Amino acid sequence: MKAAITGAGLSDLGRNTGRPAMAHLAQAAQRALASAGLTRDDIDGICTYPGKAENSPGMSPLGTGEVRNALGLQTRWHCAAPDGPSQMAPLMIAAMAVLTGQAQHVLCFRALTESSSQSAGRRASIPGAGQTRLGGWTGMLVPANAMSASNWAGWMAMRYFHEFGMTREHLGMVATGQRKFAEKTPGAVMRKPLTMDDYYAGRMISSPLGLFDCDVPIDGASVFIVSAPEAARDCARPPLWIEAMGAALRGPETWDQRADLTTMGAHDAAADLWLRTDAKPADLDILALYDGFSIFVPLWLEAMGMCGHGEAKDFIAEGNIGPGGRYPVNTGGGQLSGGRLHAFGLIHEACLQLWGECGERQVRGARLAACGTGGGFIAGSMLLRRD
Amino acid sequence: MRPLPELTPENTAFWTGGEHGDLMIAFCEACARAIHPPQVVCPACLSDLVVQRAVAGTGTVYTYTVNHHPWLPEMQVPFALAVVDVDGAPGVRVTAEVITTEPESVHIGQKMEVSFRQAEDVWLPLWTPVR
Repeated sequence: MKAAITGAGLSDLGRNTGRPAMAHLAQAAQRALASAGLTRDDIDGICTYPGKAENSPGMSPLGTGEVRNALGLQTRWHCAAPDGPSQMAPLMIAAMAVLTGQAQHVLCFRALTESSSQSAGRRASIPGAGQTRLGGWTGMLVPANAMSASNWAGWMAMRYFHEFGMTREHLGMVATGQRKFAEKTPGAVMRKPLTMDDYYAGRMISSPLGLFDCDVPIDGASVFIVSAPEAARDCARPPLWIEAMGAALRGPETWDQRADLTTMGAHDAAADLWLRTDAKPADLDILALYDGFSIFVPLWLEAMGMCGHGEAKDFIAEGNIGPGGRYPVNTGGGQLSGGRLHAFGLIHEACLQLWGECGERQVRGARLAACGTGGGFIAGSMLLRRD
Repeated sequence: MRPLPELTPENTAFWTGGEHGDLMIAFCEACARAIHPPQVVCPACLSDLVVQRAVAGTGTVYTYTVNHHPWLPEMQVPFALAVVDVDGAPGVRVTAEVITTEPESVHIGQKMEVSFRQAEDVWLPLWTPVR
């Protein structure tokens, strides 16, 4: 018995849209319902990640309560999951909810208004911005002036470069390759061609990561419908079965204490994923891998077992993950070019691929997708299969 | 302004040891495990006999990054952040800003020694390359 994704909707994404988060959310929800062939009254569950977050402007402006109110939902299950296995947690929780009979159709959402928040002078993407005292793991890093995730990802990349001889050229291949996909993706926010020269010309942010190694803050929302097995078969599109999920975490909840910082929580979560399916990495048609920073893509490739530890640079250089490659990654342009919907956008694209709705960038006959979301200790993984 | 850590019973020694020039690390009295970030129980043996002890205050750069983007209006850039394996505390890394006029010269394997900068009731560790 598997749960399934039956609907997916994105709002019109943009930079500095000035539109309220709820306007994005409502648009994405309507589109997801239409995609599934459902109405508002069919929805009896709601999940999100991380829930309304006041401490990082625009990062998560909406909680389940406001969305229930706005959409007039009557639910039998609701949950926000800030401590779950990455941005994917609401999908996983929804799957468990429908398989235990808590609900039939769960609306899972993620809304961001980081672009507008930045433009309004509020410090988006900086945990604890505006607070004077911080606890938890952010309280160890931010006071040390390690404020941005680009710092944390930067030192992981630096160690990986040191151990395995990766260079910025390989990360540039990730960034420029995803831009090629974005050129074919109508909703992507960055569609102008990006050359390796452009990549190298981007200013340094936190070495070795430059501007084009960082994803793009946007305003937008994404909604999925996760449905119970029988209910899924009655929806408009073929169910995308959640073949397996992996959420293991074997290291500490920090960005600097994991024994081997050339691996991430991703490695634990993905290893667990493959224990729960007969499918193998070689069976994959496409991958959706978290690319908040370009370095996460090679780390996720290794975590997913697409190549050995330290081999991702060659795997990338051989052309496996770009347009026309054997294992296309982030075919909508990813967050690097499509905009940061915090993993939901990547999974949305995987769904469109499996439904065969990707137009020019469609991977022919795509039936099995691996999704890996999160960076550092934050990780969740999922296989989606279309029969 | 840069946020400061919230002081708790378990982390106060780490964040205030600098008043006396000490890098204070939590250790389990029962199994000798070094524990960082500090906590009230030992994650290895679950003992609550956790004590705070000064270590030498030296270490080796495990990894680093040079931050170029001013995340706050008053932030002076560039500066290096070093993730340092702390001598005398196996498995513990302390991440801190590096005091140097040449942030690009920071490298993996470099020896560092600690100093501190006071901010309100907190003494923030800083790393300085050992000459």
